[in-house]
Amino acid sequence: MATALTSERTAELEGFRRVQRLAYECAEAVAARLEPGVTERQAARMQREWLAARGVRDWFHMPFAWFGDRTAFVNFRVPLQFFPTSRRLEPGMPFILDMAPVFEGFTSDIGYSGSLGANPVQHKLMDDLRAHRELILREVRERRSLREIYEDVDRLMVRQGYANRHRAYPFGVIAHKVDRVRARRFSPRLFGFGTQSLKGLAADALHGHREGWSPLWSPYRFSDHPPRPGLWAVEPHLGFRGTGAKFEEILVVTDSRDPEESAFWLDDDLPHVRRWAEVTC
Amino acid sequence: MLTGARGEGGVTVLKGARERWVPTGGVELCVAELGDPERPTVLLVHGYPDSKEVWSKVAVRLAEDFHVVLYDVRGHGRSSAPKPLRGGFTLEKLTDDFLAVADAVSPGRPVHLVGHDWGSVQAWEFVTVKRTEGRIASFTSMSGPSLDHFGHWIQQRVKRPTPRRIGQLLGQGAKSWYVYLLHTPVLPELAWRGPLGKRWPRLLSRLENVPAGNYPTPSLPSDAAHGAWLYRDNVRPRLRRPRADAYAHAPVQLITPLGDAFLSERLYDELELWVPQLTRRTIPAKHWVPRTRPDQLALWIGEFVTSVEGGRPEPKAAGRHSDRFAGQLVLVTGAGSGIGRATAYAFAEAGARVIAVDRDGEAAARTAELSRLVGATDAWAEVVDVSDDQAMEKLAARVATEHGVVDVLVNNAGIGLAGTFLDTTSEDWRKVLDVNLWGVIHGCRLFGRQMANRGQGGHIVNIASAAAFQPSRVLPAYSTSKAAVLMLSECLRAELADQGIGVSAICPGLVNTNITSTARFAGVDAEEEARRQKKSARLYGMRNYPPEKVAEAILRAIVNDDAVVPVTPEARGAHVLSRFAPGVLRRLARVKSPV
Repeated sequence: MATALTSERTAELEGFRRVQRLAYECAEAVAARLEPGVTERQAARMQREWLAARGVRDWFHMPFAWFGDRTAFVNFRVPLQFFPTSRRLEPGMPFILDMAPVFEGFTSDIGYSGSLGANPVQHKLMDDLRAHRELILREVRERRSLREIYEDVDRLMVRQGYANRHRAYPFGVIAHKVDRVRARRFSPRLFGFGTQSLKGLAADALHGHREGWSPLWSPYRFSDHPPRPGLWAVEPHLGFRGTGAKFEEILVVTDSRDPEESAFWLDDDLPHVRRWAEVTC
Repeated sequence: MLTGARGEGGVTVLKGARERWVPTGGVELCVAELGDPERPTVLLVHGYPDSKEVWSKVAVRLAEDFHVVLYDVRGHGRSSAPKPLRGGFTLEKLTDDFLAVADAVSPGRPVHLVGHDWGSVQAWEFVTVKRTEGRIASFTSMSGPSLDHFGHWIQQRVKRPTPRRIGQLLGQGAKSWYVYLLHTPVLPELAWRGPLGKRWPRLLSRLENVPAGNYPTPSLPSDAAHGAWLYRDNVRPRLRRPRADAYAHAPVQLITPLGDAFLSERLYDELELWVPQLTRRTIPAKHWVPRTRPDQLALWIGEFVTSVEGGRPEPKAAGRHSDRFAGQLVLVTGAGSGIGRATAYAFAEAGARVIAVDRDGEAAARTAELSRLVGATDAWAEVVDVSDDQAMEKLAARVATEHGVVDVLVNNAGIGLAGTFLDTTSEDWRKVLDVNLWGVIHGCRLFGRQMANRGQGGHIVNIASAAAFQPSRVLPAYSTSKAAVLMLSECLRAELADQGIGVSAICPGLVNTNITSTARFAGVDAEEEARRQKKSARLYGMRNYPPEKVAEAILRAIVNDDAVVPVTPEARGAHVLSRFAPGVLRRLARVKSPV
């Protein structure tokens, strides 16, 4: 029985891993095609088309692309500002591609940061994101309250000299839960978010509200609970003087007693992780 | 054969200068050289009524790195005057002079021109006429517009007047009063050779803050009398019919003194049309900057010449206010976090040289590292506790020897202390006053002294607080320390005003920094203190006013030379109430702390 459960879970994680890899492949492919003059809208369409050509029919959210100081969400006041604009990419500009395709019922949500040519500030931010990935995993394994972990990430950012930019996301979330989505022929979207996924999130929110947890990992009181088993798309976002950088990937939280098993990153073979490994070497 | 006589009198005040005479168009020009002739040549042209000695302070500073050449314009200093004077000072003839000097001192290699006042007016002509192409590598202009650009500027405003344009026209028209006087015959000569010449040095030191000494030279009366023909020969014809093709063929750096009594800043508004590669610099000083701000000028000229020689790489810092702070030495205390760190970054983006001081060495180093990344010309970290007077004295001495005199000092380091007066122990009081007040006193005392001794201006910013005018039962000790800082700043501002050193007090208000999580809460145990720190940190987080905005306010305060700057809306509100309805603030002060 236990083995059957384990193998089922393994297969499920494999599904999530596959779509996350697909999404990062898309990000790398699109990033390689970016050139001066490309607009955010074009970059978003490139992501959409690349994934659609590979069988993606539903989305947790539609692809985003942010260029220049929009990577740090400078002067963002309303959520509509997250949507791609006609801002054009220039040499040296930082950019972020953020997409959340659903593939074969598995959801992913990834963020990919880069710059067109050399950008020392962006490189520095990427280097410094490493400490955040380690901190989040460590504290989740310690079963600290999500709100406290959020504040520790915040403090680390401040110590590093950066501003917390995930604060600008709806509800200021650093992460949110993702889950399997039933494949439907008709899956309309609401403000760029897939209705199926939103439904799942709403159901989680309702359950959570009754049981004292939330699918949104925020700085607020409703996140003052230990990590809830499930898949969390974690997205720490650093900002520094008009340059922003983030990664986003799935953290698997289980109810296992073994700390190693209780939480782990879904996949350690991702562009930003490989980059840090290269730097260390 | 020389037709003119050599100009009379005046021993040169340029020590170690090599002198030679260059004959051109019937006059002989006195040319002085300093520095290594193999280095790039920087040619300094003086204005009116001056001689090349106006550059003496700048020249010796530049001579360390460049081949510096100065000459007396015809009819000035020891150069001879043309005969007759009328028609002998046209811009065409002055261009001949320049070419003769350039060919003599730097044959085959273009020179870097620097002009002040009429020297700049001439140099604009040199840099915009065809025949000098290839002879000028760069041009730094101060306090002297191109007469052609000026002519177009006037015509544009006369032809299409708007209220603003008419205002600009009248403003500059009033500032040009002396130009009209110089066009009257004989009178100016009589005045200069008589009473005005005698009183001029005193007038300069009183009205223009030009330090007394061996300037102006004894040749002043004849310089000024001859120089009147610069105006008479050129101003009317050029303003009436400005050249339409006066485009600069070399990169130009424009240094605008903001307190210039003779030239409006607005004159240069459309300069980008004429100069494809323009670098703007502003300096809070009066007209005679070569005398009053030699360090800053030498630095900017040196940087500009070096960048042009190096193929003009893209400037690293193009941030706001880079025209003002580029290359300036800025020291920020408490730069390891919060407002101090954001201020260091803001100055870094403006291209300043930043010294980040903090008692946390790692944090200071981090600030310095990131400052370099965003555009600081250079940045250093210093580990000092501002409340330690000996350490501060050592810091001041070290900074002076290693980097020079600071141009901007930001006394930002401070700690929080909450708790009622009766709960506050004398130890608590000592701690908060040591950092918040004594730290500021040490900073002002040591670095303010250095600024005053240098005599080339500067600015001191003290970070006070909205608590300086908002009484409360929650923060008695903190508010007292900040109120003291506010008054200290006001007094110091009065004292240093004569020396061109500005003092500003910034009153931020509730800003999201880590001051809340390090604050001491008097009268409670450690556990309760930690709880309150956390709670107040969350409260400030919810308010979420970013320290970057305070940093912006600090730079703006320096540029505008503001005395007291409340920053957040609540600070501004409290500031207004403290003046017009202090009773309201007193009522508010009684409210018990929410934390």
